[in-house]
Amino acid sequence: MTEPPGFPSRRSFLKASAATVALTGIAASAQAQPAAAPPPLDEYQPEYFTAEEWAFILAATARLIPSDGDGPGAIEARVPVFIDRQLAGDYGRADDWYMLGPHDPSADPLRGWQTPLDPAQVYREGIAAFDAWCDIQHGANFAVLDPATQDLALTALQKGEIGIQPELRDFFTTLLQNTKEGYFADPLYGGNHGMQAWVYIGFPGARASFREWVGRHNTPYPLGPVSISGERA
Amino acid sequence: MARQEKKKDVVIVGLGWTGAIMGMELAQEGLEIVALERGEDRATVPDFKYPNMIDELRYGVRLKLMQAPAIQTQTIRRNASETALPYRSLGSYLPGNGVGGAGIHWNGLNWRPMPEELSLRSHVTGNWGEGIIPEDMLLGDYPVTYDELESHFDRFEYVAGISGQAGNLNGRIVTGGNPFEGWRSREFPMPPMPMTYDSAKFADAAKAMGYHPFPAPAGIASTAYVNEYGMQMGPCNFCGFCERFGCYQYSKSSPQTAIIDALKRKPNFSYRTGAEALRVELAPDGKTATGVTYFDHAAQEEVFQPADIVILAAFSLNNVHLMLLSGIGQPYDPVTGEGVTGMGYAYQMTGGITLFYKEDVFNPFVGHGANGQVIDDFAINQIDFGAEGFIGGSYWRAGTSNGQPIRSMSLPSGTPSWGAGWKSAITEWYGHSMSIGSHGSHMAYKTNHLDLDPTYKDRHGRPLMRMTFDWNANDLRMNQFMKRKMEPLAASMKPDLMEAGFKDIGAQFDVRPYQTTHNVGGHRMSENPAEGVVNRFSQVWGQHNVFALGAGNFVQNTQYNPTGLVGALAYWTADAIRAQYLSNPRPLV
Repeated sequence: MTEPPGFPSRRSFLKASAATVALTGIAASAQAQPAAAPPPLDEYQPEYFTAEEWAFILAATARLIPSDGDGPGAIEARVPVFIDRQLAGDYGRADDWYMLGPHDPSADPLRGWQTPLDPAQVYREGIAAFDAWCDIQHGANFAVLDPATQDLALTALQKGEIGIQPELRDFFTTLLQNTKEGYFADPLYGGNHGMQAWVYIGFPGARASFREWVGRHNTPYPLGPVSISGERA
Repeated sequence: MARQEKKKDVVIVGLGWTGAIMGMELAQEGLEIVALERGEDRATVPDFKYPNMIDELRYGVRLKLMQAPAIQTQTIRRNASETALPYRSLGSYLPGNGVGGAGIHWNGLNWRPMPEELSLRSHVTGNWGEGIIPEDMLLGDYPVTYDELESHFDRFEYVAGISGQAGNLNGRIVTGGNPFEGWRSREFPMPPMPMTYDSAKFADAAKAMGYHPFPAPAGIASTAYVNEYGMQMGPCNFCGFCERFGCYQYSKSSPQTAIIDALKRKPNFSYRTGAEALRVELAPDGKTATGVTYFDHAAQEEVFQPADIVILAAFSLNNVHLMLLSGIGQPYDPVTGEGVTGMGYAYQMTGGITLFYKEDVFNPFVGHGANGQVIDDFAINQIDFGAEGFIGGSYWRAGTSNGQPIRSMSLPSGTPSWGAGWKSAITEWYGHSMSIGSHGSHMAYKTNHLDLDPTYKDRHGRPLMRMTFDWNANDLRMNQFMKRKMEPLAASMKPDLMEAGFKDIGAQFDVRPYQTTHNVGGHRMSENPAEGVVNRFSQVWGQHNVFALGAGNFVQNTQYNPTGLVGALAYWTADAIRAQYLSNPRPLV
């Protein structure tokens, strides 16, 4: 993307910092490197999901943010990788949450997360329960249903119509939330590949310096995003 | 048997805003001081540095600067007939953690309450009589007045580094400022921040309706600044990462930017991190404290820190918890009305309208937490409570604070939450909306209170604190009034679509969506020991060598963000300790 003349851009800042680190002999992590192409999603080795769960995540996120039309879908953004890594880490284990009992998973939803399960367990049991329902209702696991049927099934799950146990009632909202997180988070976490989602909506990522834009009212910001590791798009 | 540390003159629990202020002020008296901080040490570099801090997922969503509920949390019920359940994952409010506390991750909105808010019971009874006060409302006057606090508001503003435009200089109304504010003895330390497009649009519309827009008072540096402690701030670059984040460029007021490096240079001050206060120890007669027992996370053992003066400077909820665990004040019983500790817990009533424009471009990522223009035309001192049928008020503000897309993606209602419809909506609407917020008061009630939970325990085996809280009709009526008044203003701005989000009458407290971290009251200030935990100098009624700071002191919440009052009360208390207490330790009232 072209930068306006005389505009002290993030790009020139990055160039300057790269020069500084080069002088001190430290690896220039802030400078964009041609990234090695990551493995295709069907060759990716999940850290948390089983092969069957991985097939579900690929199929479900592809419906939540489809690839058709403008902008990346969840698959192009590598959202499934993001979710897998999140569930393998402290988020999946609910390390920061208060998880001691007694639990009342049937409590009014306004009272927040009350299941004894952590997010990783909710996915594991939620996928199994949902696939079992798809099998009874539609004769196959979710991943092999046609897209229109998948959308119907996801809608039933979202509306709480599949008779899922209360311990798993946050499964859909968690899946949807994590899908959007993986779409929009910094690429550091495995999703938002190539910052495509940021380019698509016009969010400049980690540029984080806009003083000269405060007074330029109703004027589109011209620069593309940068990421924490120094990628540019 | 706990290990025992060498006795200090002062032990401070918590090293956020109030702990840092008390440390600095009392260190100037030559006292030997130690601060106990449960969390980690934190400094602008390396903890908030660019580009690592510019990470919405880690800090904005996973909340890595906050108090993890696994470390400390509360149970919550909406009324006495419910069983309280733990606040297991963070939602409605976000207590901070570590050195700097919530002073790291706030938005920087630094307000003084209105004089009428500090004398609210008198304001109400004087104008409308006792009859308009709902039976279950604990409406009180603060036992300290605006005039008494003015120099302390001023002091805090000049330490913290606040940008703004005075509206009332010693009684003279100044054009461009807030004509309804209390008097100021001088200008803000820095001029106001420049305006973004949304705030300019809002200010123009407000003016056209005869309202009085002014720049929000911002703990965000508009220029280079050096405070009385020699601490330096640099001008804000509108990076759009304030709330939930530490400031990477020394622009947002925080204990780090305003106090802590100067405090670290005091030879008679020290602090320990990973030092989690478990209880305040009382003398056998119960009339004074002897020190604080804490858990040393590095050594994995309990430690007793003896001291002559104990300062409770933790977050409001944690101060109250510590008091309940230590026998400070009699626990409040809402049935009998007896007891004081945990009484008068209050929150904040908010609402707003989002305006969508197909063509206008707002660049929402250009912003800061205290950005924007405000009107106070519906503030507490502007409303006829008798005619309107509620007690309260709010300020309205428009100003982009961030464009972080995981959380800040406003879409018109009816937009699908996933699928092709969602995907096309996010590119159609991102950057094409703005919002006007109403930030309203919240009164104290007999029913909303804090006590110890009978079931759930923390990692040290102590009972969690239980919050009994729900929205009350008075504040919901205030909110609905604001909706009715705001809709014509928003409509005059001619959006393509607009949507109001104000809690309806009958709304119940929902712990899931973020609301505010303005959890106040619970160790309220009072004229006498029957009505609160601390006197007008933040001194505990029952133990004169214990002082409690922070928003737990509030009698009821004001319509504003609490930090300005919290800071002023800290300086007011520090002055009382220095001028009156040290020479002759005793109850000051």
